[in-house]
Amino acid sequence: MYPKAVRANIRPVTKPSPGATNQAVLRNFSIIAHIDHGKSTLADRMLQLTGVVEARQMREQYLDRMDIERERGITIKSQAVRLPWVGRDGKDYVLNMIDTPGHVDFTYEVSRSLAACEGAILLVDAAQGIEAQTLANLYLALANDMQIIPVLNKIDLPSAQPEKYAQELAKIIGCDPDDVLRVSAKTGEGVTDLLHTIVEQVPAPNGNPDAPARALIFDSVYDVYRGVVTYVRVVDGAIKSRERILMMSTSETHELLEVGVISPEPAAAAGLVAGEVGYLITGVKDVRQSKVGDTVTISNKPATHPLGGYQEPKPMVFSGLYPMDGSDYPALRDALDKLKLNDAALAYDPETSAALGFGFRCGFLGLLHLEIVRERLSREFNLDLISTAPNVVYRVQMDDGSELIVTNPSEYPNGKVAMVFEPMVRATVISPSEFIGAIMELCQSRRGNLLGMDYLSEERVEMRYELPLAEIAFDFFDSLKSRTRGYASLDYEFTNEKAADLVKVDILLHGEPVDAFSAIVYKDKAYNYGVQIASKLRELIPRQQFEVPIQAAIGSRIIARETIRAIRKDVLAKCYGGDITRKRKLLEKQKEGKKRMKMVGRVEVPQEAFIAALATNSAPEAKTGKN
Amino acid sequence: MVFTLRVPKQPEGDLPPVSGELPDSALATISQRKFGLYLHVPFCVKRCGYCDFNTYTATELGGFSAEQWPELILLELELANRTLPGLPKIDTIFIGGGTPSLISPDIYQSLLNELKNNFAKDIEITLEANPDSVSRESLYGYFAAGINRISFGMQSAAANVLKVLDRTHNLTSVEQAVHGASDVGFRNISLDLIYGTPGESDADWLNSLKFATDLPINHLSAYSLIVESGTKLAAQVKRGNIAQPDDDIAASRYLTADQYLQQRGFGWYEISNWSKPDGDCRHNQIYWQSDNWWGLGPGAHSHIGGVRWWNEKYPTTWAAALQENLSPAAGREELNQQQQQFESVMLQLRQRSGLSVSKLPRPDLVAQLTSTGWLELAALAGGRVVLSQSGRLMADRVAAELLK
Repeated sequence: MYPKAVRANIRPVTKPSPGATNQAVLRNFSIIAHIDHGKSTLADRMLQLTGVVEARQMREQYLDRMDIERERGITIKSQAVRLPWVGRDGKDYVLNMIDTPGHVDFTYEVSRSLAACEGAILLVDAAQGIEAQTLANLYLALANDMQIIPVLNKIDLPSAQPEKYAQELAKIIGCDPDDVLRVSAKTGEGVTDLLHTIVEQVPAPNGNPDAPARALIFDSVYDVYRGVVTYVRVVDGAIKSRERILMMSTSETHELLEVGVISPEPAAAAGLVAGEVGYLITGVKDVRQSKVGDTVTISNKPATHPLGGYQEPKPMVFSGLYPMDGSDYPALRDALDKLKLNDAALAYDPETSAALGFGFRCGFLGLLHLEIVRERLSREFNLDLISTAPNVVYRVQMDDGSELIVTNPSEYPNGKVAMVFEPMVRATVISPSEFIGAIMELCQSRRGNLLGMDYLSEERVEMRYELPLAEIAFDFFDSLKSRTRGYASLDYEFTNEKAADLVKVDILLHGEPVDAFSAIVYKDKAYNYGVQIASKLRELIPRQQFEVPIQAAIGSRIIARETIRAIRKDVLAKCYGGDITRKRKLLEKQKEGKKRMKMVGRVEVPQEAFIAALATNSAPEAKTGKN
Repeated sequence: MVFTLRVPKQPEGDLPPVSGELPDSALATISQRKFGLYLHVPFCVKRCGYCDFNTYTATELGGFSAEQWPELILLELELANRTLPGLPKIDTIFIGGGTPSLISPDIYQSLLNELKNNFAKDIEITLEANPDSVSRESLYGYFAAGINRISFGMQSAAANVLKVLDRTHNLTSVEQAVHGASDVGFRNISLDLIYGTPGESDADWLNSLKFATDLPINHLSAYSLIVESGTKLAAQVKRGNIAQPDDDIAASRYLTADQYLQQRGFGWYEISNWSKPDGDCRHNQIYWQSDNWWGLGPGAHSHIGGVRWWNEKYPTTWAAALQENLSPAAGREELNQQQQQFESVMLQLRQRSGLSVSKLPRPDLVAQLTSTGWLELAALAGGRVVLSQSGRLMADRVAAELLK
């Protein structure tokens, strides 16, 4: 059943049809919100209020399609829904709601989604206030000159403080606190008013319907049955079914098999005209042929200039992925090939590790992206993987002036290095002001440089830091959360690269370097890293027939050493009477354990040791649940 | 009273048939193999801190009383008689526990009388005994009942070690028990020792060995202390009140024992067992040679021709099945050829007699072990796999390597 407030507002609507909709009645908007501030619930309520989804078909978070999204409560891929709505003036309008990805790794996709809209709802939890990522996305929207509608959600919660957070929002976007709408996406309260406000405040598109067609790709999704589904916002002209389209960045042409809109299930249409949002299907099988940010035009009457802002996706974080069981290597390759169809940013190249065997060096947009790929490989493809500690990409200048791009620490050159450059980020932390000291301490220990600090309200502060990406790639977010009792939120964006005093630490097992454990670290932290991993390995590697030294080294200089003593005893000096079964099972288990050993030189290393030694705390936000 | 059932874990196996019947292939081995009986006495006056055996103090028995034990053993004997069918000639009987010396000699006398017609000529009948719970009279009674081998749990000569092990006896009682047994006529007397107990010194261990071998015994078992989960000892170790036994110390103690016992005329015949000439425990060899035996009593394990089964551990559950004329087995497994070979390699490897290289599933795997020092090279030259002294300490690894 609908909540009461929702039921009262349902009414039949007439639909202006796609391909013949006047720009004046179109309103394209997206929702900017932190992951648990109720964006999907608000979208659900809008689907119901506009009558496109009936109550009995309603399921929670209707628009989030992948299982992982539903479970983690994050939206990885955006989607656009066409909603009919009768305004307070009694006229028919068409609202296109463009759902935006909710995480820092997908900032570029967010920026393209925003570029497809004229307005944005800034949705903030009335019990929590604005979070760092929301703020970052708000700045993106403001930079795009979009109309912002500030909305406080969850006003039904007893802990809601709408007055306080309305003040905060008003201060950030420069409006009157009374202009901040108050809704409860859960009960539906205020959502009708919000829909009316969208009609009244978001400007109608003003493209040129008679110019050659130009449409912005803001998302592209691989579907097993249909091939790539490309989501576009038509800016100028019109795109009709069966026409031949041209991708302006690659100059490739494709025949258009289907044009349509989502409302909220896909429905084919005759075409899309200027201002409209919909999807295109061409039969291509790889999202790389339909890149987010690219401009689509018609091949026999092409536009001369693409829409601005296109960027190639650029991997920032790298990790080696290896199958636990070497015979799974082909399966891992196939799985990556499949994931790639739907993930234009995923990069991978085969690599061989002396310790881990055959695998792939994979590049990701960020840590969440890595985490999502790793999880999908294990969940959807049933692969047991060892992943090496994530590292960033380094640019190394050699003494002789040559240059090297290092994405794998084991490829870092020994000696003759003139300069090393590492990627930097600009990080924004929003936190209650009582934790300022703790945050400063953390950021300083991570080589951070304070850029500025602003009070959002009396108790909440926004801090801006420049940090090396490598320093936040490990356990930064977890440390931040634990030092601020979970209150701080983090956002970061890549800025530039900077020279840094970095060295490669190798780990030697019985004199042999183990490539999987090599790391590029800040010089002052090299000793700590060496000691830490050596003592971790001493605990994790079982005693061998001979004494095994574990050394950490920078070049030929040993900086830490541990020793695994030779084993003297491996027998249960007890036969459990007639219980031979127990004895046999213990031995069978020992035998199985042996099978899971990797040989590193002469040393048997259990795979668990690799996993545990390489374990890092997971990516920012990835662990946060929803609602 | 509130009683928490503290029953040790059982292996995982198949559900046995309620009748306990055995396949013909298993029954066919009876005439070709030695046959032993094991009798389990699941009672103790108190449980020692390290012990995870299937035994219960009076308050833990929950309605079962020690007086019922003999009649139920007879019921299970009837089951064996029906199943096999007919009781085979018995080569060995071993009465273990628990504390078998809590049961009076006349009970054993009447039980053994029932079996007399099946005794092999040189039958070995062993009783496990607690030095605390025997007297010269009871020892005489056991001997007169036909028991001809007795094994006492001595564990250590060091008072501090006995305290950690939570044992109640003292050295005087061990001395009296062994001499008493010898005096009443026992020629086969064994002592059990435990080494590697936290707090035990090298000197403590050497003293224990000396004390034991100065007594009139012809057999000695020495086990390294294992902290079994669920025991009082495990809890003490977890809390940090008692240190975790150290593997390296245990290895040194083992070598000390082997060297010392050799000097005193005891040779190893199994990893943890040493004997004077003709002093081997033949019942244990039935286990280790994969011969046949029937285990009577709660939690007892049996093996007939590749079929292993184990009884319900809790005495009342075991009793209830027998009273319904059903098998008290809780689980069983029928071993395939490969598993049988696996087990016999695993078990024979632990013995001085070793095994023939040709009996290995993959004889070629021996080659990789020749340089380890774990195998006796002289025996290997003769085509047999026998563990060296250092190899005995690595027996599980050697077995894992040979059974890859």
